[in-house]
Amino acid sequence: MKDIFIAFFSTIGSLAILFASIGILRMPDFYLRLSVTVKAATLGVGFLLASAAIAFPDVSVTTKAIAIAFFLVLTAPVAAHMIGRTAYHTGIRTWKGTIMDELKEKKTSDDSKKAAIKRDEKTNGPV
Amino acid sequence: MTLDLYFDYVIFPLLTISVILIFIRLFKGPEVVDRVIALDLIITVGIALITAYSIRSGQAILLDVAMILALIAFLGTIAFSFYLDKKG
Repeated sequence: MKDIFIAFFSTIGSLAILFASIGILRMPDFYLRLSVTVKAATLGVGFLLASAAIAFPDVSVTTKAIAIAFFLVLTAPVAAHMIGRTAYHTGIRTWKGTIMDELKEKKTSDDSKKAAIKRDEKTNGPV
Repeated sequence: MTLDLYFDYVIFPLLTISVILIFIRLFKGPEVVDRVIALDLIITVGIALITAYSIRSGQAILLDVAMILALIAFLGTIAFSFYLDKKG
């Protein structure tokens, strides 16, 4: 029974990691590759750690597995955010199929807001 | 089929194929950031490999190495993004 659980969880985990690696090889864009890296690989490692926690009937191993999974879940999004921000600032282009760029939109809306304030000042005098 | 044979013939080959596929991306990635995330993913798969090997060999103490590797992966990615950002 225990062996069935271990085999099931480790199979799901290694398949998730395999899908992550196929995704990082096949995705057309840096940002899509980044999203694949963080989500699927973290899920796969979490499943493998769960199977390790089942395999060893020991409290210390379970605690260690929970600690590794917690640390990974805590740090992987932070690292992905940092490297994605760096990529956007250094000018990595998005894929041609990307239909939405919220950072660019925010900048243009800020510019239009500033232009609107300037226009108001011109017509009504300084506020 | 015992669990050890299942790990030998299914789990380890799957993880090894994923490492090879990620290594292709690390080799041909067009920008530096592609290579950084490929390296990060290789270290994450390394954590998975160490966990699978610790199940296979029955030595729970190997999970300590996985924990340290998770820490180093985070620090490496943060350092890479910091210095790439500084370079502009």
